[in-house]
Amino acid sequence: MSTPDHPASMAAVALVVLATVLVGGFGLRISRTTSDFYVASRTVRPRLNAAAISGEYLSAASFLGIAGLVLVHGPDMLWYPVGYTAGYLVLLVFVAAPLRRSGAYTLPDFAEGRLESRQVRRLVSVFVVGAGWVYLVPQLQGAGLTLTILTGAPGWAGDVLVASVVVLAVAAGGMRSITFVQVFQYWLKLTALLVPAIFLVLAWQSDGAPRVSFDDQVSAFRADHPLYATYGLIVATFLGTMGLPHVVVRFYTSPNGRDARRTTVAVLALIGLFYLLPPVYGALGRLYAPELIHDGDADAAVLLLPARMIGGLGGDLLGALIAGGAFAAFLSTASGLTMAVAGVLTQDVLPSRGVRHFRLATVLAIAVPLGGSLLVGRVPVADAVGMAFAVSASSFCPLLVLGIWWRRLTPPGAIAGLLLGGGSALLSVAITVSGAVRPPGWPHALLAWPAVWSVPVGFLAMILVSLATPGRVPPGTNAAMSRFHLPEALTSGRAR
Amino acid sequence: MSHESTPRREVVTGEPRRVRPLPRYRPQAEIDEQTALGGAYVRSLMRSQLRAGLTAFAVLALVAGTLPLVFEALHSNAVVWAVLGFATYPPLALAAWWYVRRAERNERDFARLVEGRPAP
Repeated sequence: MSTPDHPASMAAVALVVLATVLVGGFGLRISRTTSDFYVASRTVRPRLNAAAISGEYLSAASFLGIAGLVLVHGPDMLWYPVGYTAGYLVLLVFVAAPLRRSGAYTLPDFAEGRLESRQVRRLVSVFVVGAGWVYLVPQLQGAGLTLTILTGAPGWAGDVLVASVVVLAVAAGGMRSITFVQVFQYWLKLTALLVPAIFLVLAWQSDGAPRVSFDDQVSAFRADHPLYATYGLIVATFLGTMGLPHVVVRFYTSPNGRDARRTTVAVLALIGLFYLLPPVYGALGRLYAPELIHDGDADAAVLLLPARMIGGLGGDLLGALIAGGAFAAFLSTASGLTMAVAGVLTQDVLPSRGVRHFRLATVLAIAVPLGGSLLVGRVPVADAVGMAFAVSASSFCPLLVLGIWWRRLTPPGAIAGLLLGGGSALLSVAITVSGAVRPPGWPHALLAWPAVWSVPVGFLAMILVSLATPGRVPPGTNAAMSRFHLPEALTSGRAR
Repeated sequence: MSHESTPRREVVTGEPRRVRPLPRYRPQAEIDEQTALGGAYVRSLMRSQLRAGLTAFAVLALVAGTLPLVFEALHSNAVVWAVLGFATYPPLALAAWWYVRRAERNERDFARLVEGRPAP
């Protein structure tokens, strides 16, 4: 692969990094209390919060991964962005407002508040940290790939750079500053894909608008059971979004349940708008960078196209814009995840609470996935992210949906569901990544896309074990249900 | 003396008991004190919210469940491209908007019921 040396791209990456640290530092001055730190004192209005959630959500998988997958495997891969978006609809209709009204800081808080069990809390903490780490690895690897393409720097440099900036930004200002950073990064990411896309489409038209063909199926081998894989992807992304630790923590920053709902609608619109763009890059990549299909680094397509199609100074500048946007993608998702994981570590693992321990937890939260990203071989970014979604869909989705809507949920039921559903999904992912079961054949398909069976397993285990232990229904269930579902106007007189 | 011991007969007039207004926010108190009746109020709100959520989810599941089969049958990349690349996003946003309107209306109706205000 060509590794062009773009001074303009270097400058753009440096600028994004600098801006992130500066905006984060601005938050340092106004972030004073613990509540500021964790949930921005619950004062983030829907539009600002929606841009922050979108900025956080649109990760390396969205910015580079989708175009790469479309390039290699064809338009069926567009289920990824559709699933990432539809996941917010499912989150909206079942979880958004009650989750905000639960009044908890994190998922483990929610689990303990609803089920009144330290055991469930600890188990949920383990899953939050695990899912967060699984999701952080591809972000860091994507950063490494980008920096390698731009500068020829060794692969570990980008990983380390992103990890350090995240520690600086998160540890300095916490949630309040992260909100501003991420609002800024959403608009940066949108611009960074939109403007080059316009020029690339113009270049394509002046080239005589050649037809994009996806009939060449030689390299498009992805699954020997493509229909099953598609359903696996749909289930994982539709149901997994609600449990992603960095998404959930953002809902607690809304002022009330009604605003949490409106925020979700705005998020849907913002990320839907963004997802119109990556497929354009995938299709153009098929025309102008076809060799990427075979050499395995298809995630690089978005970065390489401007130089290929336009070239010269214009190509350099557009490439720089994309590089800056890509770094914004790594930084925002990585800092959101680090924030969520660090929050859980501070509350449930490290001994004392307080801002200084939060900073220690931040370092811990990113150091482990950094080690992982340097040790583990590269998995396509979008696939790795898909696995995190499958784990989330099989563990947190049953816990949240049943916890919010079903009064007979018991702590033993929740534990059984988390272990059987989430545990089996996590195990399948681990086996797939380790390469112990190889395609073709049903065993590989079932393990690589576990959500189709592991989500029902999680739900069934939770329901059946809860029904078998009716004596363990927490005494505060009715109070919790009232708090989750009553509008704040009717409950404001009561202590929370 | 005996004249003073018999108290003067007085006629007490006042509003009949039945007409006195009920204490305000009675359902609110039922909910706050978690009585059976209060529980029933909360359940009724949960049912209406769950119905709205399940309606939106059922439509989504139906469409997402059948689309892969349709694509498989049509075998046309252009259709997949048009539907998944562009056409799905507006209906998703519309569904979300519909749900929010419905959920907020449910909450308004519930607040009206609880605070004893008549329907407009």
